[in-house]
Amino acid sequence: MEETHITTEDFMKFREFFYRKTGIQFEDSKRYFVDKRLVERIEATDSGNFRTYFTLLRFQSGGEELQALTNTMTVNETYFFREEYQFKCLVNSLLPEIVKKKPVDSTLRIWSIPSSSGEEPYSIALYLTEYWPDIAHRDVELISSDIDTSILKKARAGKYSERSVQHLPAVLLQRHFRRTHDGEYQISDDLRQAVEFSRVNLSEPADTRHYRGFDVIFCRNLLIYFDDLSRQKAAEAFYDALNPGGYICLGHAESMSRITSLFRVRKFPEAIVYQKPEAR
Amino acid sequence: MAIVKRVQTKTVDSDERSRPRDLAGLVVNLEAPNATARRWAVRDLAQFSEAVPALVERLEIETDATVREAIFMTLTEIGDATAVQGLVKCLRSEEAALRNEAIEAMKHLPDAVAPIMAGLLADPVPDVRIFAVNILESLRHPDVEKWLIEVISEDSQVNVCATAVDLLGEVGTEAAIGQLEALKRRFADEPYILFAADLALRRIGEA
Amino acid sequence: MSLTLKRILVVDDAATVRMYHRSILEGAGYAVEEAINGIEALEKALTLPFDLYLVDVNMPKQDGYGFLRELRRQDIPQAPAVMISTEAEGRDRARAYESGANFYLVKPIKPEELLAHCRLLLNAPGGTL
Repeated sequence: MEETHITTEDFMKFREFFYRKTGIQFEDSKRYFVDKRLVERIEATDSGNFRTYFTLLRFQSGGEELQALTNTMTVNETYFFREEYQFKCLVNSLLPEIVKKKPVDSTLRIWSIPSSSGEEPYSIALYLTEYWPDIAHRDVELISSDIDTSILKKARAGKYSERSVQHLPAVLLQRHFRRTHDGEYQISDDLRQAVEFSRVNLSEPADTRHYRGFDVIFCRNLLIYFDDLSRQKAAEAFYDALNPGGYICLGHAESMSRITSLFRVRKFPEAIVYQKPEAR
Repeated sequence: MAIVKRVQTKTVDSDERSRPRDLAGLVVNLEAPNATARRWAVRDLAQFSEAVPALVERLEIETDATVREAIFMTLTEIGDATAVQGLVKCLRSEEAALRNEAIEAMKHLPDAVAPIMAGLLADPVPDVRIFAVNILESLRHPDVEKWLIEVISEDSQVNVCATAVDLLGEVGTEAAIGQLEALKRRFADEPYILFAADLALRRIGEA
Repeated sequence: MSLTLKRILVVDDAATVRMYHRSILEGAGYAVEEAINGIEALEKALTLPFDLYLVDVNMPKQDGYGFLRELRRQDIPQAPAVMISTEAEGRDRARAYESGANFYLVKPIKPEELLAHCRLLLNAPGGTL
């Protein structure tokens, strides 16, 4: 079989298209990485060459191939304290601003979606417990949702591999996890109790209609895999779910610039975050 | 004080969906003083294609960005010939945001947009022709290249041709080579056209 | 003469236009970054403000006017902006200035014309004009 070759102009053309669609921009130095994955997908789809494949990518009505390709171009892996700078932003910048505006006896509400197997919501719980002094006198509700009921079951169980906890400081691992006989890490009951898990399909208004009054939403590395309209719908659902002035954190490779202009761009020392405008 | 669990399902504000959810009730709610109520009316109207005229009318006076975005979404979901006519009206708006949102919406409607594309590309207003080319940017339709080649061979306005050449850099094939060369001769004193046409030719040639 | 290059942000949804501006400006010794629409432009400006902005009018999600209005509200070092449009008269020009543009150019852009305006705006005292 003849080897598929990606020319420099092919690479440039693809790079522009992918940037427009996803916001991810590959430097020249990533050429090898990109070419390799393109060739993989060209072969997987039996396209034969770049041109045929690019036409598929550009014109396919459901956009499934773009989604498949995005999957291979991005690291879709979840682990404790992934993209930790955003949790720092939460405790150092977002929550201090929010508590100033909310009565002391009111509950702060955080929504983490997708929960996946629980690493993200538990990371938030850990961060609040360990690094946010105000937790001593404020109540926080932490809700985490996913579309997949089997993954929710896993999240509720809270049992993790070594790999999944490898970025946690040893002291936190010791304090909040118990080593199981099969070599895994079981998160403490206190943390398991801290998170309320629920099943939600973001594209289904009937599902999201009950999610209201949140101060912060984490939705990382999910929307990048949605098509344009589903992204927009999800963003609308988040808009409704947030209190005026509430914040939404996306994944590091994601930007509202490809989704909607409903939110304001806010720059904090740790991260760029999107804010629902205050009521006028 | 701590992380607490209160399985409290917040319900939708009463004003969001207070009126009857039939066509007449929803259309009345497009005038509701509360933007959230208007937005829910707009969303629930997605099941009534008869609502298109009322939605387009609302678009012309609506100032709330969330309601506007919802109207475009609903028009996209309805997606029939009347909805597209409403969107075409927005292309002629004085307001850039309205024009751009209409372009975005029309990109998602290849079947409804294709029959009127030739008309848009022949519009007497050059900016409308540019917007038509902008729609082609993401339109998933087999005729995209054919339309673009027609534009660069026939349109007299340099900016309309420029927008079409940009896109040929992405979707162009050998079929475009002759007209790209002709375009370079026609606008030989426009550096931008030369730059963009050469880029498109290079990409087609190397493929 | 400054040792660091002046930084220019090119904001346009058309990739070819961004490449064209980049080739002209980099050739003249400026450092160029790109953004695809107003929101991405604002994200980049908030991360590290620029010395000059070249802004297209029509872009998806957030157009050039919206971007300039947002930019001008931000508590960051401000810099001049050139609005670029396909519209030769009236409508867009007036709105560009109202939104905070310092200059208005009509497409298609000639390299010498672009560079002349960049030099003028970048050398204006205090970066304003």
